Amino acid sequence: MALTVQYNVKYEGGKIITVAQGPEGVSGDGFFTTKLSDVVGLARKNSIWPLPFATSCCGIEFMATMGSHYDLARFGAERVGFSPRQCDLLMVMGTIAKKMGPVLRQVYLQMAEPRWVLAMGACASSGGIFDTYSVLQGIDQIIPVDVYIPGCPPRPEAVLDGFMKIQELVESESVRRRSSPQYKALLDSYGIQ
Amino acid sequence: MALTNDIVKTKLIEKFGDQLSNFEEPYGMLNFEAPKEINLKVLQFLFDEPGLQFQFLADLCAVHYPDNAGRELAVVYHLHSLRENLRIRFKVFTSIQQPDIFTATRLFSSANWMERETFDFFGVNFLGHPNLKRILNVDEMDYFPMRKEFPLEEQSRIDKDDEMFGRGGSIK
Repeated sequence: MALTVQYNVKYEGGKIITVAQGPEGVSGDGFFTTKLSDVVGLARKNSIWPLPFATSCCGIEFMATMGSHYDLARFGAERVGFSPRQCDLLMVMGTIAKKMGPVLRQVYLQMAEPRWVLAMGACASSGGIFDTYSVLQGIDQIIPVDVYIPGCPPRPEAVLDGFMKIQELVESESVRRRSSPQYKALLDSYGIQ
Repeated sequence: MALTNDIVKTKLIEKFGDQLSNFEEPYGMLNFEAPKEINLKVLQFLFDEPGLQFQFLADLCAVHYPDNAGRELAVVYHLHSLRENLRIRFKVFTSIQQPDIFTATRLFSSANWMERETFDFFGVNFLGHPNLKRILNVDEMDYFPMRKEFPLEEQSRIDKDDEMFGRGGSIK
């Protein structure tokens, strides 16, 4: 049975919280000071635009995740975009054949920074059962991946868990990370830029 | 009277004599073999001959027999006579060192992609094909994956546990 709406909101000391909690800071009469990265992280975390790159059964499971029962919209991600230029999160769901590899890479390159990648299911993470000449053995061979969701296919709960892991990364990311030498080195190791 | 395998066989032998061989009827479907040099002549005859008219190329594929020295690759044509509603299977064999076969694209337009697929997976070189390049696999591939020369598994991966794939052993 579907959960009623009241289970979708948080209770804190008997009070219903329907908005995200603000970051730590100093507040006074008419002002509030905090770190820029915290505010940016909070905003980004609760308005991730996913780009579904669904090629097989994991994509079906993702559709369930997007539907009313599991409702990814609760995490501010109801706006699924199909234009890489507008999206923040590339969700790769399903078997990626070697011939699809350059396409996936192209989609990743077209996304603007900051961008995150989520590999859903055994195939996207490792090639899965398709241990064969035509299948890419994990998308991390061609693009960097932030979160892997195990399963074949993973349950929608697992997808939500993976998505919340992405939210944690987004929230805690330093605003300078994307211009750091470590990040450049990571992209260089994939031959990007 | 409906067309039968025997009628087809008789007409073929009348025309080509003992050049054709290995007539068989597994599961009721007529099979035969011809030398690869006359594959187009046989196809053309089956296409044109009144009463036969095998004018639909249902499938074209190859088979690799690694132990069949000198004739390792078989190219198989599945033909369907839409008029008589009869299907037959026609094979030609070629050596793997020089896998040249005349293209059937002049006769059947549908052979175009099927010959490209057969080239892609088995490396059969269809002479005269208008656009013989890979169709399904990545362009950079430098081998023919369906030949029985390769292990089935992807070889670039070293962190998979063979035990999980029914091959015994653990991670190397």
